[in-house]
Amino acid sequence: MNLNYLLRRLVTLLLVLFGVSLLTFAIVPLVPGSPARIRLGIQATPETVAALETQLGLDRPLPTQYLDWISGIVLRFDFGSSLITDRPVTGEVARRLPATLQLALVALLIGLAIALPAGILAALKPGSFQDVTAMVFSQLGVSVPDFWMGILLIVLFAEVLGWLPSSGFVSITEGILPWLRHIVLPAMTAGLISGAIMTRFVRSAMLEVLGQDYIRTARAKGLHERRIINKHALRNASISIATIVGLQMATLLSAIVVVEIIFAWPGLGSLALSATLQRDYPMLQASVLLFATAFAVVNLLTDLSYALLDPSVSYG
Amino acid sequence: MAKAASTSSSSASTFKEFLRRAMRHRLLMMGTGIILLLVLVALLGAQLAPYDPNMMDFAVRFAAPSFEHPFGTDEFGRDVFTRVLHGAAVSVRVAFIAVLISGTIGVLLGALAGFYGGWIDEIIMRFMDILFAFPAVLLAITVMAILGRGVGNAMIAIAIVYIPIFARVARGAVLSVRGRDFVTAARALGRGNGRIIFQHILPNALGPILVQTSLSLAFAILAEAALSFFGLGTQPPDPSWGRMLSEGRAFLRQAWWMGVFPGLAIMLSVMGFNFFGDGLRDVLDPRMKTRT
Repeated sequence: MNLNYLLRRLVTLLLVLFGVSLLTFAIVPLVPGSPARIRLGIQATPETVAALETQLGLDRPLPTQYLDWISGIVLRFDFGSSLITDRPVTGEVARRLPATLQLALVALLIGLAIALPAGILAALKPGSFQDVTAMVFSQLGVSVPDFWMGILLIVLFAEVLGWLPSSGFVSITEGILPWLRHIVLPAMTAGLISGAIMTRFVRSAMLEVLGQDYIRTARAKGLHERRIINKHALRNASISIATIVGLQMATLLSAIVVVEIIFAWPGLGSLALSATLQRDYPMLQASVLLFATAFAVVNLLTDLSYALLDPSVSYG
Repeated sequence: MAKAASTSSSSASTFKEFLRRAMRHRLLMMGTGIILLLVLVALLGAQLAPYDPNMMDFAVRFAAPSFEHPFGTDEFGRDVFTRVLHGAAVSVRVAFIAVLISGTIGVLLGALAGFYGGWIDEIIMRFMDILFAFPAVLLAITVMAILGRGVGNAMIAIAIVYIPIFARVARGAVLSVRGRDFVTAARALGRGNGRIIFQHILPNALGPILVQTSLSLAFAILAEAALSFFGLGTQPPDPSWGRMLSEGRAFLRQAWWMGVFPGLAIMLSVMGFNFFGDGLRDVLDPRMKTRT
């Protein structure tokens, strides 16, 4: 990977983020009605609405408003105030960010814990019972609606069996066990689905490596099968598997939005929906902007790791 | 003209060969079967349904599945089977219209980008990158925040989410056939760019686009259900699978059928389009076969 490629990708990332910020900013001018009206309610007189609009700077030209808005975010991490509670959005976002990150991380771990063994076992004996089982599981996971699976898990584990809480979040500082009990169902929902998708990729990455000449050579040499898998196949398949993990992070973030809503998980995804339903646009802008930034950065890191890990792929 | 005739006869035999392979592909056939069933139910469901979807009958609230009510009844005594049948029409309509919109716009943009290259390519694809930078569900929610609730706006939101994917697929497909001899030949014959794109390039890029269409239909059904589940898509009392799930959610302990059957309907439909798309990819490109 050369420096030129790295620089070009970084410039592209900045351009994409600029575009993302423009689109996110455009939410407020695009929605019918003024934010001042939303904050003051329908009883407010036109004069008080106009006064608040002036105070919020909504009467200025859009480019000025955009520059003001984006510089506040970039320089001071200031997303403005909620239209509902009038409190700064940044505080709310900062409170919710850790919850989303924890959920994403645990879900990814669950997904990997499923996909790695399932995909490898499937690839070892193509067409066998274990392969078919893994592929059926994968197909089910791709087709099952995430919110439906969340509901079913809640009914089974929270309502019928009563083993786990049905919603909510407990900070890890209040004890590992309560934290774990709250995070396990939402993380399972997102993890099972991304695990199902990853199983396919792990399997095909493994199959591809197992078909290579050096595996045949290793077999011909009389190496023990376990040694062939561990030393030769897994190590080479890990390149494409690393890429899959990166790509899955992006898909996972999308599933996290849904899972947060189902489990009333106090993260950025559920914030986006409640902000939409309440028409609290600064809140929506903040969560959308943060999600999209994380998404774009993960995508870039994935591409870079791919270029780094696979020397045979050259980028001009 | 003679040339045209010979191409069509050779493409007819390719098509026969394609059909032969398609018929032998189990996944593709299963997908086709499920899609046919779904479309049939969407078209005829209203006639087949035993009850009125919104008729409330408080004498049979929360009735378990039985001969009279195969999928049971909900908290208003409405027949769940009838509502699932009616929901198919909503799902299919939203999914097909949304994918038609995003497919048309996406393929057009992708074809332009791939064909002309240069700054046209840069501008179009960078804009696609920007749309692509939003997680799918979040982008749909954001578009709904701007447009407002309702099933029509849900179609637009879903369409916008999938435009960049179609653009990428179409661009890739166009790039891979752009340099082929028949395109050079068409150019040498003095054909205009529009004709080259629509008559020579796009038909040859049809395979990947069809595969993407099928996979997008699966996503669109999921997305419509999710948006309706969140209260942003189909509005009450219209039956939609996503809405039925959100309404049934509170009663799942006493009436599991309210949550199970609409969910199964969503899953089966999504599976049908996934099977079809995956199978089609196998048949169109045997090298990418996922089964060994």
